[in-house]
Amino acid sequence: MENLIALLIAAPLLGAVVLLCGGRRLDKTGHWLGTLLAAVSFGIGVVLFADMLGRGADDRTLTQNLYTWIPVEGFQADMAFQLDQLSMTFVLLISGVGTLIHVYSIGYMEHDERRRRFFGYLNLFVAAMLLLVLADNYLLLYFGWEGVGLASYLLIGFWQHKPSAATAAKKAFLVNRVGDMGLSIAIMLMFTTFGTFAFGPVFGAVGEASEGKLTAIGLMLLLAACGKSAQVPLQSWLGDAMEGPTPVSALIHAATMVTAGVYLIVRSAAVFNGAPDAQLVVTVVGAVTLLFGAIVGCAKDDIKKALAGSTMSQIGYMILAAGLGPIGYVFAIMHLVTHGFFKAGLFLGAGSVMHGMNDEVDMRKYGGLRKYMPVTFVTFGLGYLAIIGFPGLSGFFSKDMIIEAAFAKGGTEGWILGGVTLLGAGITAFYMTRVMLLTFFGEKRWQPTASDSGSAAGSGHEPHPHESPKSMTVPMVILAFGSVFAGAFFEIGERFLKWLEPVTGYSHGNPPVSAMTVTAATMVMLLVGVGIAWAMYGKRPVPVVAPRGSFLTRAARRDLYQDDFNHVVLVRGGEHLTRSLVYVDHSLVDGVVNGTAASVGGLSGRLRKLQNGYARSYAVSMFGGTAILIAATLLMRAV
Amino acid sequence: MNFPLLTVTAAVPAVGAILTAAVPAARRTAAKWLALFFSLATLALAVLVAVRFEPGGDRYQLTESRAWIPDFGVRYELGVDGIGVVLIGLTALLIPFVIAAGWHDADPLETSSKRWRPTQGFFALILMVEAMVIISFEATDVFLFYIFFEAMLIPMYFLIGGFGDRAHLGSDENAAAQRSYAAVKFLLYNLVGGLIMLAAVIGLYVVAGNFSLQEITAARAAGTLDMATNTERLLFLGFFFAFAVKAPLWPLHTWLPNAMGESTAPVAVLITAVVDKVGTFAMLRFCLGLFPDASKWATPVILVLALISIVYGALVAVGQRDIKRLVAYASISHFGFIILGIFAMTSQGQSGATLYMVNHGLSTAALMLVAGFLISRRGSRLIADYGGVQKVAPVLAGTFLIGGLATLSLPGLAPFVSEFLVLVGTFARYPVVGIVATVGIVLAALYTLVLYQRTMTGPVKEEVRTMPDLRLREVLVVAPLIALLIGLGVYPKVLTDIVNPAVEHTMSDVKQTDPKPEVAVEAKNGEEAK
Amino acid sequence: MNPVNYLYLAALLFTIGATGVLIRKNAIVLFMCVELMLNACNLAFVAFSRMHGNLDGQIIAFFTMVVAAAEVVVGLAIIVSLFRTRHSASVDDASLMKL
Repeated sequence: MENLIALLIAAPLLGAVVLLCGGRRLDKTGHWLGTLLAAVSFGIGVVLFADMLGRGADDRTLTQNLYTWIPVEGFQADMAFQLDQLSMTFVLLISGVGTLIHVYSIGYMEHDERRRRFFGYLNLFVAAMLLLVLADNYLLLYFGWEGVGLASYLLIGFWQHKPSAATAAKKAFLVNRVGDMGLSIAIMLMFTTFGTFAFGPVFGAVGEASEGKLTAIGLMLLLAACGKSAQVPLQSWLGDAMEGPTPVSALIHAATMVTAGVYLIVRSAAVFNGAPDAQLVVTVVGAVTLLFGAIVGCAKDDIKKALAGSTMSQIGYMILAAGLGPIGYVFAIMHLVTHGFFKAGLFLGAGSVMHGMNDEVDMRKYGGLRKYMPVTFVTFGLGYLAIIGFPGLSGFFSKDMIIEAAFAKGGTEGWILGGVTLLGAGITAFYMTRVMLLTFFGEKRWQPTASDSGSAAGSGHEPHPHESPKSMTVPMVILAFGSVFAGAFFEIGERFLKWLEPVTGYSHGNPPVSAMTVTAATMVMLLVGVGIAWAMYGKRPVPVVAPRGSFLTRAARRDLYQDDFNHVVLVRGGEHLTRSLVYVDHSLVDGVVNGTAASVGGLSGRLRKLQNGYARSYAVSMFGGTAILIAATLLMRAV
Repeated sequence: MNFPLLTVTAAVPAVGAILTAAVPAARRTAAKWLALFFSLATLALAVLVAVRFEPGGDRYQLTESRAWIPDFGVRYELGVDGIGVVLIGLTALLIPFVIAAGWHDADPLETSSKRWRPTQGFFALILMVEAMVIISFEATDVFLFYIFFEAMLIPMYFLIGGFGDRAHLGSDENAAAQRSYAAVKFLLYNLVGGLIMLAAVIGLYVVAGNFSLQEITAARAAGTLDMATNTERLLFLGFFFAFAVKAPLWPLHTWLPNAMGESTAPVAVLITAVVDKVGTFAMLRFCLGLFPDASKWATPVILVLALISIVYGALVAVGQRDIKRLVAYASISHFGFIILGIFAMTSQGQSGATLYMVNHGLSTAALMLVAGFLISRRGSRLIADYGGVQKVAPVLAGTFLIGGLATLSLPGLAPFVSEFLVLVGTFARYPVVGIVATVGIVLAALYTLVLYQRTMTGPVKEEVRTMPDLRLREVLVVAPLIALLIGLGVYPKVLTDIVNPAVEHTMSDVKQTDPKPEVAVEAKNGEEAK
Repeated sequence: MNPVNYLYLAALLFTIGATGVLIRKNAIVLFMCVELMLNACNLAFVAFSRMHGNLDGQIIAFFTMVVAAAEVVVGLAIIVSLFRTRHSASVDDASLMKL
């Protein structure tokens, strides 16, 4: 059975290779091949899942060692996989949602002449992401980690003819690289501390390492997680990443890749459990991002960017939960899974809306779409209810658990974190209601003129909103189904907790308030959020051109000036630095050498003058020289 | 004595060079095929060397030894260790690609018929360089090594100065002046380095009484050959200076951007991927082997210089406007990593550095040759003259991207393995240095992606609109390189198995052992293995 | 007569020759001055030979004469060919060898 693990990765990898090297003759069939191979991977995942359920809770881990990847004295990296409950959860999420999004893309990318390549990249992503979650050591995880970064780069920049897309892709890769630096330093630290970086041996030896070392490793892992999961301070790429085609945003920048940071932290639970300081930083990062993303999400008029802010914020929840330690690990993953459903569904819905609106992304130019796109409306609506935590839906359960866990952390810390998560729930309700109202309710506000932010495809035409084809709506329906029922399914009988507990461990904590109180408070926040949104966007008509807004709104529109800060400090500063270094290289480093050459040349120019061609002057120098020699000889004699 | 395989491996390209040069000018194409044939024959011999080499056996294998100048104790001594084997393999592997990629680079120009371009000379010189590089990797006699280390400059000088980049040819006299400036600069830098090394070589003879690497190393290790501390340090510096110029290490690097910028792309590959490797190879073999104590003494300074190379090279690369100069500065950054790995003096660092030499050769060859194809299409080296190439020539753009990704050490491609080993090896002994070097991976991503974005993406430029995609010959050049990059990235074991024993020998030369991890988990590892 | 006087004479002749080489322009005169210097040396050699009482100096004087003869042959040929091309025997006109 363990031999199937490699096949999980091999299937989409094969797809990527065939589609990318296959050339034009695969243009007609390539997307089917890509979808099929993603589905094969999901099928294998289900088989392995069934097999895993058939075994006892302690006997569920499968390993497969293919070969030694990098064998050097004292340094062993294996090409080895490990499939436990945590990996299994991700495998099913990645291949499942991945397959759905492949199906969706068949319709969404129908008119793109480079559709074959798009599917190649998608398959590449699925393969790399599976490698990431199946690796049994950190270096192989790093392989997958950068692999998804590459796929993300290629897909964000898929419409490369748009400079903004190319820039966004580059930015995403670079910011991620900063995070990757953290991961590689973490691996190096593990190597010098434990002599290995395979999961088993490292986690086994954690008890013997000093807390300082563990804290350092933990913080470096957190840096990596921040990059991949768009957490403050490395969050700036996610908003721009929305330049990619919408299925990409759904799969990579909502459901799977951006959650890799959460996976990394939960996977490294043993390290973090031994480093309370690192955990504290993790929770702080999670809490800050939670609010940051939520605030940004409130102000964006671009539907995808609003959703991106929301993604950031939700991942903030997960990171916060993961930072809580054993109290939160399980709920972080649970929220991750339910978020995978509803956020992917929301993005696909947004894609469907854009598909019907000539790729218009400005929500102020939507309005009243519920009549034109009923399926999209219903599925998007269910996703909306799930994310704001409407009782009974997925988000309700998973988010509620995180808020409870935050309070259960205890002490002042617990109160602050709990408060932040509660506040976040309220803001979530606000911005999602805003998206919902702007898009599907109210008057229709679309105009014949094409917006400057949209692609040139539909310039000058009045949009004719229409429902999307079956290949797009069916995945949306399935995801909506997941958004509604997954949470309840996981929560009944604490199924999810029992499933993951053997891997991540669990402790109940000591909540200062009862679960009912927390739920009630959440409901109040939810109602307040929805109410304010209704008052602002539901009751009165929405202007097509965004009003100037308060200082906070303007700041949030500009991602709280974080990008401007980056631009001034990093981009400008970097430009000055490189320019001056180029100058230094040319005039100083090279100049010293050229200067030496020039002075030697100058000296020889002087000496050349002595060679005037007159026999007499040569004779004078000869006589002079002889005279000096003789004089010197005589002098030496005398002395 | 058995069949002199090493001599033959070096002699075949030399003979090929003479025969190629002798082909009459009218039969240009024959000369090209002849050169390609000889380069492939050399490759076959190099493969044979690798097959005959036993990784677990003696340190130097396939040895040959003959008296040469008995009065000075100079012997014709050849022998290869694992490091030599892989580098001979790299050289022999890259030359056919260089020849195939430069197939039309030396054709007579229709535009300026005044200029006489000896086509067959171009290929003969390339083979000559190959022969000299191979024998440098084989020589275990310091004097023999020195001769070919220096002699290499002559054909390289003519390749740089005589066969410039077509992107600038025929435009004006300025291009010719630039080219000859670059060639002279290359020559002068390396001659000065060589001169200082010559003094050190003579000094070594005075101290040791012979030139045999094996004898001196053995005597040093056994303690029978004492050198005064200062003598050893001076001799070390003499050798190191020459190698640091060749490698090149900051601040001795400025000849490389000129040389790579002005020469044709295949010659640029020859410089950076093949010839420069002799410098880093010689640091590993001669500096560490002959002067272990002085090497340790100089390590802090060298590490700092290597770090500067890494960061500085990458930053200056970001600011370049010329594609080829950008690649040159990127190479300077990478050479910093190689030198870092060598002088970190850990098994991982040195294995990584050796792998890095091979992988950097492959990745730079891929990136530079594709860049050369790109430049030959548009006739300009300036990044700003391109844009949107991806749309018109997707295969070209794709291969360029893969070359770029290899340059930024993406996992799955060969350079990642070596770069990570170097970083880990450095970190294990010098954590701060390791962390600063890690910044290099971010900067590598920056210059590569900026280059890709500016040339390949965005709106299609008017001049680029009719650009043809890669031709069959060009695909045949790039595809095997990419396959190798991926193959060695996923399964580097083929190389590490050859390299590891040699690294252990070097480690014992310098009497260093790897730092031990704080927490021993060996036992648990053992359990897992079972 | 005291042989030292011959040495004084030789020195005087040599000085005259040297001065002539340095200040005159005509190639023929120059040439004669060089000969004068050579012969001054010869005189010194012979004088030394006499003073030391062996024949070494005289033998070297013969060598010098042979060299001088050869020099005259080659030098005069050069001067003649120079005069043919340049219509002047001035050495200052023949400064083409300068860098």
